[in-house]
Amino acid sequence: MKQELRLSGTGGQGLILAGIILAEAALLDGKLAIQSQSYGPEARGGSSKSEVIISDNVIHFSKVTSPDLLLAMSQEAANKYSNDLKPDSILMTDKLFVTELPAKYTGKTYELPITHSANNVLGKSLFANIIALSALVKITGIVSEASLEKAVLNRVPKGTEDANRRALQVGRDLVK
Amino acid sequence: MSMEQIIDKYFRPGRLPHIWCPGCGNGVITGAIVKAIDQVGLDQNAVAVISGIGCSSRASGYLDFNTVHSAHGRAIPVATGIKLADPSLNVVVITGDGDATAIGGNHLIHAARRNIDMTVVLYNNSIYGMTGGQYSPMTPLGSKATTAPYATIEHDFNVTELVKAARATFVARATTFHTQTLIDLIAKGIQHKGFSFIEAVSACPISFGRQNKMGGPDAMMMWQRDHAAPLAAWEKLNDEQRQGKFPIGILYEDTSRMEYTEAYDQLIAKAQGGKK
Amino acid sequence: MSKILLLQGNQAVVEGAIAAGCKFFGGYPITPSTEIAELLAERLPLVGGKFIQMEDEIASMGAIIGASLTGKKVMTATSGPGFSLKQELIGYACMAEIPLVIVNVQRVGPSTGQPTSPSHGDVMQARWGTHGDHWLIALTPASVPECFEITVRAYALSEKYRVPVILLMDEVIGHMREKIELPDTYDNIPQPERKLPTCPPEKFNAYATDESLVPPMPPFGSGYRLHVTGLVHDETGFPKGTGAATVASTDRQYHKLYDNLDDIVQVENYKLDDAEYAVIAFGCAARTAYDSIDRARAEGLKVGLLRPITIWPFADKQVKELASKVKGIMVHELNRGQYVLEVERAVAGKIPVTSYCKYDNEPATPAQLLAEIKKAMGL
Repeated sequence: MKQELRLSGTGGQGLILAGIILAEAALLDGKLAIQSQSYGPEARGGSSKSEVIISDNVIHFSKVTSPDLLLAMSQEAANKYSNDLKPDSILMTDKLFVTELPAKYTGKTYELPITHSANNVLGKSLFANIIALSALVKITGIVSEASLEKAVLNRVPKGTEDANRRALQVGRDLVK
Repeated sequence: MSMEQIIDKYFRPGRLPHIWCPGCGNGVITGAIVKAIDQVGLDQNAVAVISGIGCSSRASGYLDFNTVHSAHGRAIPVATGIKLADPSLNVVVITGDGDATAIGGNHLIHAARRNIDMTVVLYNNSIYGMTGGQYSPMTPLGSKATTAPYATIEHDFNVTELVKAARATFVARATTFHTQTLIDLIAKGIQHKGFSFIEAVSACPISFGRQNKMGGPDAMMMWQRDHAAPLAAWEKLNDEQRQGKFPIGILYEDTSRMEYTEAYDQLIAKAQGGKK
Repeated sequence: MSKILLLQGNQAVVEGAIAAGCKFFGGYPITPSTEIAELLAERLPLVGGKFIQMEDEIASMGAIIGASLTGKKVMTATSGPGFSLKQELIGYACMAEIPLVIVNVQRVGPSTGQPTSPSHGDVMQARWGTHGDHWLIALTPASVPECFEITVRAYALSEKYRVPVILLMDEVIGHMREKIELPDTYDNIPQPERKLPTCPPEKFNAYATDESLVPPMPPFGSGYRLHVTGLVHDETGFPKGTGAATVASTDRQYHKLYDNLDDIVQVENYKLDDAEYAVIAFGCAARTAYDSIDRARAEGLKVGLLRPITIWPFADKQVKELASKVKGIMVHELNRGQYVLEVERAVAGKIPVTSYCKYDNEPATPAQLLAEIKKAMGL
């Protein structure tokens, strides 16, 4: 079983890190994973795309060609990266930034208040990536929640573990 | 030590005679370098001499140390790698005015900025000699060269001021006429912990002198005598009197700045101590 | 004991360098290789090594040449434009026979090109970038674990043959993150040792060789006061201006590598045993090819892959053997056709050679390559 995920938004939203964490969680589950990214010359701002492929078997081609899931955390990303969604793909958006869903796409969609919750519950928008990851895992079950938590805690700065655990909880609660 | 003993000890058997023209100043400067090394008492096995390309840079092949005849302009980067990789080696760079200030100019200023411990001796004959007399960045304005048949319209570098501005911590100049001064300055440069730079003003009677009607080697040596002013005398000259002249001696010295490889050793200790 | 990590190809190169005993890096920042410099700036001091960011690409090459002369294992890393700047001193390192490892993480060129997009546009530059007759080794990994293994091998080959070894990567392989299993310590990684002279210094000739044609190389400061030059030299190491000296020097540098191709040239055969058609691809293009071949096999097509891991010297013997077994070959690379020229030379018209070039900033998808394969097979 091979699954392709694309996490997209704006540079600075932490989506490359989110992709790395997701891939590391998959390794903790004993699966194989590849993470790759494309980025423009900007360090902040501009479209950012982080792709993760998770599989039980060896993964050769490293790019996502037909995503099983697209996370879009900006309107531009939702427009730009949704063209190759399949009818049974999942689209996740951050409601704060994506006000118009891609017209062509009619599949399953989750419009979630990701950054809004990060600001309101945790007081900082920088937890949006962890909230989004947690919601994504709740929706797809692509990695175990235990591995996700372990992978998050391996990557985040010391002293922020509790806040990140709370972010994971916020993400789970967004998905009913 | 007599010159014969110096040659026996520090020059490679079978490599002489050298390729330099009669009257060339390169032999005087190369002799001054080995006398300075002898004066300081360095272990021959712990000396690395690195040169670039050009007439002067042929000197490395004649000298019995660890020697590199590198690529044009690149002596200083190679020397930087040697010194940083093995700080126990005493590193001397032999370079010419074209080698050090044109194609290698960037390397010169950055090595000075780093204050890495090496002694750069710039053989300044004001011309590209090996290729037959083209103008260099240190050819004086208005000189003739094979690539300046109507005389140069470019100003020359004041290279000692250049390396000083680039933060070299020992800057000196002498001429092939002032041989003992040259030896003493190179010796002081070797003993200086940090980047030391000695400009050795030299004569190229064949490729520079003839085109510019400087007379023979003897006349060019007299030119050096008449145009060089020891620093103490130089300081007493007014601007008008300084026209056409240049100071010799230690022009700048700063012993307070840490040398690069020592700073790197401290960096290693810091890194291994778990600090960032 | 070992650990499982998710690393970028560039990170795995750094691990391989540390594992092989690299103690010196001189570099200059350039996308998409910069992570290698950044990581070695952090890692080398921890193992007592030295990192220096030089003023330019040329100086970086000079610095690693100098450091190698002191006996250290050395590395620099760059991409196309920087690789071009390094070429003069790569020639020097060939002539003076200085072991060093140069990483080129290829991006689209020429000039600034597309700095964050993958390419195989430097295949010929890796071989012929410097001036004059010269021979060197270039290796090309196709996965993150291979970035580690091949970096270790690059040092082994470089030290054994006293030759620059180029690690020819691409942006996809350099930047993708993939699972890699690394030992907890590198103590058991065999450290390539440089051959040292056995005679006393007064009898030493710096470039005198035995039947291996590789001269021993004492470090500066060891009492062997050798001379190193980029001029043609005889076995003493000093310049020699005769035609005979040029022939002797040129021939020895050729034969020290080309008499040992079985040791140097490494390829991977994937599903080639019963193949009727073959793809030749390397780097990220090979990753596409594995998938295309698996899909072709699922459709009953007997297609296989020859993946050169050693890209220079060219895998002449392996390609000629392949040409005697299959009915056609497709060379797939991310440029307008470079490696295919060598394949065509080796195949010499015996079977059709088709070139599938991809140069639009993205690797081909498995579906795209499969369609090209089918077309070339007349299906």
